[in-house]
Amino acid sequence: MRVQVRLFAYFREAAGVGETDLELVHGATVDDAWRALGERHERLAGHTPAPAVNRRVVPGGTVLSDGDEVAFLPPVSGG
Amino acid sequence: MIALEDGVLDPRAVEASVEGPDAGGLATFQGVVRATNEGRSVLYLEYEAYREMAIPVMQAIASEASRRWPDTRVAMVHRLGRVHVGDVSVVVAAAAPHRVEAFAACRYAIDALKSEVPIWKKEVWSDGSHWVEGNLPQPGAIT
Repeated sequence: MRVQVRLFAYFREAAGVGETDLELVHGATVDDAWRALGERHERLAGHTPAPAVNRRVVPGGTVLSDGDEVAFLPPVSGG
Repeated sequence: MIALEDGVLDPRAVEASVEGPDAGGLATFQGVVRATNEGRSVLYLEYEAYREMAIPVMQAIASEASRRWPDTRVAMVHRLGRVHVGDVSVVVAAAAPHRVEAFAACRYAIDALKSEVPIWKKEVWSDGSHWVEGNLPQPGAIT
């Protein structure tokens, strides 16, 4: 299955991209997606994001579906 | 009014969106860019947002404020892009029949924005920059 990944702020700069796609096996979780991303973009590895699937923060064990938008959020600092 | 704006904010417009003859109390918070942070001189801040998620999260915060303090209306506007020292980066206005609820809702809304809304600030100094790291948003935080 394929998911659309969104990256922001420090993660966007570290990976060099703000949007990318990931091909994952059926049953892959959000944590699996972050690991896969870390293998492609080394500077992300070792960091802990808040994952959001389709604009909602979810636990890392959440199973993904084809077409999901997965955003990995660094610690926020609005205001 | 729940919005992300790329230019100078208008706090009176934010207030006007919630005030009314039923609201005896109007509490407004304005976040302003400080000249120094942790001993360093700030040139400016750069704000970035996950716009498609920031708006619904801000709306959820405003709704939750109205649920906790009935008859209270909350507006929240955050500026994005480059914001200079002394400029306003965020306005939160809460209108309620009485001041207790107005202050409480305003405080709740800005605190929740700072801990849950996907917006980030990059602090830029004369000799470098860094992304400020606050709270990591949690599942089910806004209830």
